[in-house]
Amino acid sequence: MIEYLQILGLEIYKILFLLIPILISVAMIVWLDRRVWGLVQKRRGPNVVGPFGLFQTLADALKYIFKEIIIPASANKVVFILAPIVTMTLALVAWAVIPMSEDLVLSDINVGVLYLFAVSSLGVYGIIMGGWASNSKYPFLGAIRSAAQMVSYEVSIGIIIINVLLCVGSLNLKDIVIAQEELWYVIPLFPMFVIFFISALAETNRPPFDLPEAEAELVAGYQTEYSGMMYAMFWLGEYANILLMCAMGSILFLGGWLPILDIYPLNLIPAPVWMMLKILFLFLLFALIKAIVPRYRYDQLMRLGWKVFLPFSLVYLVLTASFLFYFDKLPKVNF
Amino acid sequence: MIVHSIFFYFFSIIAIFSSLMVITSRSTINSVFFLILDFISVGCLFIMVGAEFLGMILLIVYVGAVAVLFLFVVMMLNVAEQKQSWFIGKKSTHIPTGLIVSVLILLELLVVVGGWKYKEDVMSSSTLVLSNISNTHQLGLVMYTDYILYFQLAGIVLLLAMIGAILLTFRERKGVKKQSYVNQISRGPSTAVELIEVKSNQGVKIDD
Repeated sequence: MIEYLQILGLEIYKILFLLIPILISVAMIVWLDRRVWGLVQKRRGPNVVGPFGLFQTLADALKYIFKEIIIPASANKVVFILAPIVTMTLALVAWAVIPMSEDLVLSDINVGVLYLFAVSSLGVYGIIMGGWASNSKYPFLGAIRSAAQMVSYEVSIGIIIINVLLCVGSLNLKDIVIAQEELWYVIPLFPMFVIFFISALAETNRPPFDLPEAEAELVAGYQTEYSGMMYAMFWLGEYANILLMCAMGSILFLGGWLPILDIYPLNLIPAPVWMMLKILFLFLLFALIKAIVPRYRYDQLMRLGWKVFLPFSLVYLVLTASFLFYFDKLPKVNF
Repeated sequence: MIVHSIFFYFFSIIAIFSSLMVITSRSTINSVFFLILDFISVGCLFIMVGAEFLGMILLIVYVGAVAVLFLFVVMMLNVAEQKQSWFIGKKSTHIPTGLIVSVLILLELLVVVGGWKYKEDVMSSSTLVLSNISNTHQLGLVMYTDYILYFQLAGIVLLLAMIGAILLTFRERKGVKKQSYVNQISRGPSTAVELIEVKSNQGVKIDD
């Protein structure tokens, strides 16, 4: 039993070692997002608190902590409080399987991709619960929109993941990265990468697909009734989810921790740094798109998901499978 | 081993408790939430016995998709809270049907578990004993070789069910304005903007 407690203590230490950097990087990434947004629009963005305004998010968080949490009188209190907690927890829990380098991973499970997919598909609950429990029109409409949107885009993300898995032959995230040692999958599966990226935007409710919180129609969508720390938790969970999607994209398509070319000066850079650079690159794309692209209409969003992405990724799946089969490149399993 | 059983009892107590709450809770929404909790704890039990693939698929399919639609429907239909539980209060017509179904399920479980307990070759499959390959590979090896016909048939049945559901709920509504995407996308400055010389006191006719 004592031995077990020791292991448990070590694990908790490891988890903290993973969680704290993620929370800090979420704070930094919020700053980056706002900064990029500002620069695109020829504004300065946050630049007052700390050097380059880097501590802006921390100041905001402090402000949120000291604000009053208002629970509407007609709200379902338990679900109302549970919703931001669910969002935040799910966004952080998924990081357990993300490998930052060959041996820097919290839990190296065999079904890593499925785990990631499962956790990201659970993310919709935080939003539905928040929207329903608020007992108010706009949050509810936002929640319903977001449920439909996330379920639709999950389907195409699932098929894209199958595409990658066909090339790898394993559900383990480490194996997926190692299989890309010769060629990153972004090259042979480039259309899938584009679709994955757009679906990730829709899955995390980012602009141009931020209909659940379209301020012109729904005030702030499912977050309308939230205030103080609970709003901040929704917000942190959302950004942690965005980071997670970026990490997923870099593992599936951009070769995870592998350097661009395995040559002398490049492979001196440690593996986690490469991973972070790739996540950062994808996040910059997310931030740029937020600033550049106008919002979709709801029927356009649904059409894009079901009538464009789903058939296209299905056809591409058949093509990938036929190619691998014809050229005898299907991954072999060693028994 | 102690730790293992602690976790087992933890998850199974949650599973049993939440499945009881599904049928006893008064608000329909709470029932759905407890159903989700039930799915998650059963998924954890699957993972504990080493069936990680099944556990994850249970989470993805049931919690990630089916239960979301349940929740969706329950919220949209605005089902009123049941004032009385099914067990207390006036007679309910649900009880006989429920009893028949549950007795049938109990019998099925008895047959399956009993058969497995007393005659081991009922359930054992010769292909499932390879131990050094992962769970997912084992399942794939069985499903796509020995049982490929049944697997494909199950897929076709599901497809048919989907088409049937769409057909049943599809109704053509008249007088609904529809957007034509081709027209919207192919619209450019040359077709969208028109310069008109407006004569005084006559005005122009816009929008055909």
